Amino acid sequence: MNIHEYQAKEILRGFGVPIPAGKVATTPAEAEAIAKEFGVAVMVKAQVHAGGRGKAGGVKFCKTPAEAKEKATAILGMQIKGLTVEKVLVTVAADIGSEAYVGIIVDRARKKPVFMVSAAGGIDIEQVAAQTPEKILYLPVDTRYGLRGYEAMRMGFFLYSDVKLAKQAAKIMQQLYRAFMASGCSLAEINPLVATPAGELIAVDGKMVIDDNELDRHAEIEALRDVSSEAPSEVDARNCNLTFIKLDGNVGCVVNGAGLAMATMDLVKYYGGEPANFLDIGGSSNPEKVVNALRIITADPNVKCILFNIFGGITRTDDVANGIVTATKANPLQVPIVIRLTGTNEEIAVKILTENGFTASADMDEAVIKAVELAKGGKAA
Amino acid sequence: MSIFINNDTKLVVQGITGRDGSFHTKQAIEYGTKVVAGVTPGKGGQTFEGQVPIFNTVYDAVAATGANTSVIYVPPMGAADAIMEAVDAGVQTVVCITEGVPVLDMTKVYPFVKERGVRLVGPNCPGVISPGQAKVGIIPGRICIPGPVGVVSRSGTLTYEVVYQLTRAGIGQTTCVGIGGDPINGTNFIDCLEAFEKDPATKAVAMMGEIGGTDEQEAAKFVKERMTKPVVGFIAGQTAPPGRRMGHAGAIISGSAGTAAEKIEAFKAAGIAVAVRPMDFVEHIKAGLK
Repeated sequence: MNIHEYQAKEILRGFGVPIPAGKVATTPAEAEAIAKEFGVAVMVKAQVHAGGRGKAGGVKFCKTPAEAKEKATAILGMQIKGLTVEKVLVTVAADIGSEAYVGIIVDRARKKPVFMVSAAGGIDIEQVAAQTPEKILYLPVDTRYGLRGYEAMRMGFFLYSDVKLAKQAAKIMQQLYRAFMASGCSLAEINPLVATPAGELIAVDGKMVIDDNELDRHAEIEALRDVSSEAPSEVDARNCNLTFIKLDGNVGCVVNGAGLAMATMDLVKYYGGEPANFLDIGGSSNPEKVVNALRIITADPNVKCILFNIFGGITRTDDVANGIVTATKANPLQVPIVIRLTGTNEEIAVKILTENGFTASADMDEAVIKAVELAKGGKAA
Repeated sequence: MSIFINNDTKLVVQGITGRDGSFHTKQAIEYGTKVVAGVTPGKGGQTFEGQVPIFNTVYDAVAATGANTSVIYVPPMGAADAIMEAVDAGVQTVVCITEGVPVLDMTKVYPFVKERGVRLVGPNCPGVISPGQAKVGIIPGRICIPGPVGVVSRSGTLTYEVVYQLTRAGIGQTTCVGIGGDPINGTNFIDCLEAFEKDPATKAVAMMGEIGGTDEQEAAKFVKERMTKPVVGFIAGQTAPPGRRMGHAGAIISGSAGTAAEKIEAFKAAGIAVAVRPMDFVEHIKAGLK
């Protein structure tokens, strides 16, 4: 789960990381009032779940409250990578001496969180990694022991030759690491970490991505979720315990299991169609899930055909069949449906479907070919 | 022969009285797996289905029954502890079915397990089945038949699909391993490929990967350098958009890394026959077995 910059900074501040004063505004007048309250030059920053906000014009320096109002007017409502900006962070502008990058990411290959630090901060770290890898120090952390003092110091001295700055940086590494672990992050970064001409370190931008699997034990972080930044159908699906990702095609897919769901989308494409979505109804057998899945998929006007691909292991195919019958009785379908199911209780499922006027196939390829054809407006073979 | 589990497997089920644990334990017993113990704290002294003794701890279960393999069906927030408990109790193989285990928990579990030389499969996986010998996890027994093909996959139902198609074509399996869809798991493709290469009964390997990470690329390198047996590969997620988690926590394309195209290229470069559709496994495996 992504959280906004202002939310990440709030968490980091709680762990002691030095963060410039800032407040969130949803209107230009609010932005002006906040700038007036701070009484110094401010940055007005778009709060959306997208990188490259600066390049898109979503981050502006403002000398006066009037300018803050003007920039906020331009930024609020702006589209950045398809997302509408609904909030801005108004924050005290830092006096910049130098900029560093500090980040932690869970590295799959090392199977550990890895610190990445670089004195070449303020810019895209992937670019630094690609062009000048020697400017980055990678430091894997054994989470059983935590970040050790000497490891934090090593990173501090990698960034700064000045002892005072290096020690400050080491302290910030510890604070960032504690915030990362305590919040269940898969990524946390400070970019840039600014050294002011007065010799103080300050985190000018902060970012955190939370492992979705941690949310059950972090209600306080789940509460930070901004549903306005997600597709409404995806929010709806999550509330029904379905994994759903909207795509641009017209074959609506309902599948059990993530791997089979991806393979089904790929096969739709292979046979000349375009999948409208990724949807995994998961392993448990519950007719209610099928009802919800159909409701979410049929809400997409692009969908011209619905394809079920169910391989019953834990999932009982008769539960899926009952779900299809229940859902379509309540809301008759406006588009054709192709059902492939095999596995646990297949005979019962086929009987239920046949009695209710549906046909079912046991073959995946056959079903996908038929669905693609129907989505194109053709007749089923 | 087979890998990881066989006729000598003596299984302890952690979370045996839970919904999933009890359902799949019945299936495992029906399949002929030697289920020697169950663990549910607080239910020690009871029996499951009148035949399997239940213990409060894995330690007690191993001491009393000599269990050498554990399967875990506990909720995600308790899974890391359950894995380490099994390892500490002395079992040699741990299969964790639980989905939704926090990845930071796994950063602690992984070195703990490795340092003790234990085989961990999963988490977030369908488990392991050696047809005709033992079934540890949730892979449906009736879709498998004994035979010469080793199967390894990051997925659950996609594995069933491929195994089912192989079985319908009369091609059986030595062992099917679902390694799981999480970013950090105990067993990777290479671990399985290495075991299949050593297993005299395995004559060919079917490998199903997906987008995200570089495990498939590493596996391709291993196949090229170390494998003498034919390998057929498949990658799910060619139509997946970048930056989105496709159900599995590990199935996400970051930047340009982890795409299906990149993995398929790596397979081809390593001489792995690529199945474009799941059904293509049948022909490629048949060719490999000749």
